Amino acid sequence: MILQSGEDSVVEIGQPRDYADVVLVAPVTVPYVRHSVHSAHWFVARALSRLIEESGLDKADIDGLSLGSFTLAPDTAIGLTQHVGIGVRWLDYVPLGGACGIVALRRALRAVQAGDAEVVACIGADTNHVDSFRQSLGNFSVFARDAVLPYGSGGPNASFAFLTSYYMRTYGATREDFGKLCVAQRDNALSYPNALFKKKLTLDEYLNARPIADPLRLFDCVMPCAGAEGFLVMTRRRAAALGLPFARVRSTCERHNAFPEDQIQSRGGWVLDREHLYGAAGVEPGDIGFVQTYDDYPVMSVIQLEDLGFCGKGEGPEFIRRHSFSTGGTFPINTCGGQLSVGQAGCAAGFLGLVESIRQLTDRNLARPVPGARFGMAVGFGMITYDRGLCSGAAILSRADV
Amino acid sequence: MIPPPASPKPLLPPGARSRAALGLTAAAALGRFELQVCGACGTVQYPPREICHRCLSGELRWREQPGTGELIADTVIHHSNDPYFRQRVPWRVGLVRLDAGPTAVVHLHGHCAAAPSRVRVGARLDKSGQGVLLAFPIDEVPNMADDPQLRDMTCDPKSRKVLVTDGRTEVGQAVVRAIIGAGAEQVWVGHAEPCKDLPGLAALEAFAQVKLLPLDLADSQSVKAIASEIGGKVDILINTAEVHRVQGAASPGGVEAARAEMDINYFGLLRLAGEFGPLMRSRDTDGQSGSAAWVNLLSVYALSNFPSHGTFSASKAAALSLSQCLRAEMRSAGVRVINIFPGPIDDEWSQMLPAPKLTPAALAKAIVAALRDGVEDVYPCDVAPD
Repeated sequence: MILQSGEDSVVEIGQPRDYADVVLVAPVTVPYVRHSVHSAHWFVARALSRLIEESGLDKADIDGLSLGSFTLAPDTAIGLTQHVGIGVRWLDYVPLGGACGIVALRRALRAVQAGDAEVVACIGADTNHVDSFRQSLGNFSVFARDAVLPYGSGGPNASFAFLTSYYMRTYGATREDFGKLCVAQRDNALSYPNALFKKKLTLDEYLNARPIADPLRLFDCVMPCAGAEGFLVMTRRRAAALGLPFARVRSTCERHNAFPEDQIQSRGGWVLDREHLYGAAGVEPGDIGFVQTYDDYPVMSVIQLEDLGFCGKGEGPEFIRRHSFSTGGTFPINTCGGQLSVGQAGCAAGFLGLVESIRQLTDRNLARPVPGARFGMAVGFGMITYDRGLCSGAAILSRADV
Repeated sequence: MIPPPASPKPLLPPGARSRAALGLTAAAALGRFELQVCGACGTVQYPPREICHRCLSGELRWREQPGTGELIADTVIHHSNDPYFRQRVPWRVGLVRLDAGPTAVVHLHGHCAAAPSRVRVGARLDKSGQGVLLAFPIDEVPNMADDPQLRDMTCDPKSRKVLVTDGRTEVGQAVVRAIIGAGAEQVWVGHAEPCKDLPGLAALEAFAQVKLLPLDLADSQSVKAIASEIGGKVDILINTAEVHRVQGAASPGGVEAARAEMDINYFGLLRLAGEFGPLMRSRDTDGQSGSAAWVNLLSVYALSNFPSHGTFSASKAAALSLSQCLRAEMRSAGVRVINIFPGPIDDEWSQMLPAPKLTPAALAKAIVAALRDGVEDVYPCDVAPD
């Protein structure tokens, strides 16, 4: 089937239009804190303010807003327009946790391409009050309340303990394998000023940390915190006119509730989309200079590396043993430390990898740069409403001159 | 003046459920494991929903499940976000793929082998009074009931202190023997007429665990006195006291007899509830030291009046209503209120009725089983289910 879209372009369904004319600028972070007395609204406002500073735009120039947050209640994105005093002609609310950055990005790119908005601010922000994490667990989903929480209330730790032990048993991964990823990411985090963890992590410390939910120990688990991340989506022409460094988007994908028949999660929707992802970008896995996995637990990083074709299914453990993963080494992942070392600021965690990728590809590094990286990948994953993460997504970005 | 140390507030596991999920609880209260089955396409589904996730039909029926399945993954939770479980970690849970189809997060009995292994899933009421799933080993193993997680959800008499309110009747004495057989640590037995030498009481007194107490449910002062003596120590209260006269409504001079029935069957329960309820409720819900259960001997005639035993039926109906109130009040402390609904019992009051009749021993056995399985409503049958 052929769709007419405008006078000069013909797009076939299933062959989405490329993103050549839209770009990403102004990667910003509102520094994370373990607990905050501020509301999520404050973090959104701080992120917006940082976006304006970073881009040199006027507040009134921002005519689109995409917001990911879990802790705005009773507000949603609409209340925030009045709260922070912006008028927009395009508004999106994407409370999709670890997938909200990728999903916000995809929608904002299309909105700008279609002319529905000129400049879209994409923001992921959450606060973390004392005890708000526990309360949010009970409100996360009907299934979690009915069929997970009453069983020990271990939260996501218990759910990922299942996935981790299953993966270890099935594919022969060891605690040392996961530890290697965590240690390498901590090494990366030491150069990133916004990371909440500022001390080197040794493999011994990782292996002997306090048990949380077998086989997970303390350093397998992200630390809930407060913070925000954001970037702007605008046309390439506008970015060039403003003289703003930009990253390009080569391809993206998202998928929800893939493989419902799998008895337990050991893969995500990326398996169904990776061919398109690389095909549309015109690159191979070997061209990717760094990967920002969604590392809520190290097992998910390994599953993403497999499902996105960096190694075969079940070859994750061997892949880990072959690479060093630090920024200066082979196969850099989570170049700012990932959430495991930076902290998990709710929906901001879904933006962390994208924002860090934009920094890396526009030479605005806060963390150590990856030498010679032309392409980078950011991965999204999230929303474990019952026994598995439902959302998966990914984006391949590149430098402006590629 | 120095204030007394604050007594710990009883903790309960998370008890909020969606309406659709209450079917699991309703079945678990009767000792059954049921899941939603789609009337249109036959899909068995879990977690509960209001529609079939496969064909979107709204015709869902709760149906009993065999519960067999494979334990795919297991974990021991060392860190919980909930105060109730914080007090109880380490806590073992598992992910089971049921043979019927769905995958369920379950409490995992300590004797289940590590994943992958075969298990049998059943439903129990937890301390919040909501239905939860537990996986057991496929084959019975010795002392299975001693598992601390299971014990937290049941009211097994083993090593617990029990009050049987009336030991004068055949039923009361059968209950005492059954409770001792189940391993109760101590059994207080009420007998309202200490000066009388009633048959069977001496035999009960021979048990080292038994202590007779002059408890008279018709006397508020007596109930108060006994409650102040032992009320803070009772783990399980079994109210076996009843008065039963054979009369209907349209018979002359029945008021006095009916008043006597009400005075024990209804007001007796109210007196017990007023004195023992607050004491049992004030204790922590900790599975090892907290109060566990309150058992009321009602009657199927509480549900529907049996005319030849009309006033008796009415008094039991009143008691049922009161016990529903008590159940709601005791739930906040994790104390389970169990109602027993026997048909005719093989005692002096039902001599004129034909078989089947429930023997006191079978009734006592049903009470012990109810405590062990942690069910809320029991309809014991004449043939013991073994």
